[in-house]
Amino acid sequence: MTFERIKQILKTKTVGIAGCGGLGSNCAVALARVGVGRLILADFDLVQEGNLNRQFYFYDQIGMLKVAALKQNLFRINPDVRVNTFDIRLCQSDIIEIYSKCDVIVEAFDKPEMKYLILDAVHNYMPDKHLVMGVGMAGWGDNNLIRSRQSDKLIICGDEINAIADECPPLAPRVGIVANMQANAVLEILLGVNEHQIHTERT
Amino acid sequence: MKIILNNKVEEFAADQFNITELLKAKNFTFKMLVIKVNGHLVKKSEHATTIVKDGDDVMVLHLISGG
Repeated sequence: MTFERIKQILKTKTVGIAGCGGLGSNCAVALARVGVGRLILADFDLVQEGNLNRQFYFYDQIGMLKVAALKQNLFRINPDVRVNTFDIRLCQSDIIEIYSKCDVIVEAFDKPEMKYLILDAVHNYMPDKHLVMGVGMAGWGDNNLIRSRQSDKLIICGDEINAIADECPPLAPRVGIVANMQANAVLEILLGVNEHQIHTERT
Repeated sequence: MKIILNNKVEEFAADQFNITELLKAKNFTFKMLVIKVNGHLVKKSEHATTIVKDGDDVMVLHLISGG
């Protein structure tokens, strides 16, 4: 598929991104670059200096709402992307309301309780929708531990092992890998599997 | 019985068991677990009453922090 055709398809699509931290901000950037038509962003937090080691914000955006700062950054990359922002702490009814019109939903929360909340909401109220989750990306190194797997419409990206801890902080490389893996999974859902790509491993 | 647990075939001596017993056998003690049996999400309150038997496809997802 040519990039012209890819853009043509993607511009008609809407992707919901729940959380605009390390996963959400980087995933949104990748999707805006390839031309997804509409992104629906939600996060209640402000940009802090400590976020800049992995999240797609700039030093001069410290103190801004993350959704506002991210919208600004996405427009600088692709002025054609449409962005809807919600600066709220999502509850189950918000998730259903905000994301029910999306073609795919990306889970990009940091807290396990929130990850469960969206999984439960999508499973029970939007069972026809794909949910792409990020689970396990703290620390550095161990490239080959990072992977993805699928169960029906649920796709999990990450190592599923490394939680955040004082001695195991989230850092740009691994967080960015998982965020882009989520964006890559979104493309496969929206565009289908690329027939012109080699899918077997070299032996 | 043989089940598929997290995409891998695993064999257990029992003919069947419930989710609580499966988690105990695998020593999965983490609090935030998501369990799917043959694609169906199993709530925590249903762990003791949900039976896993030969041929079932079970997903145990540890919802760890980070995002």
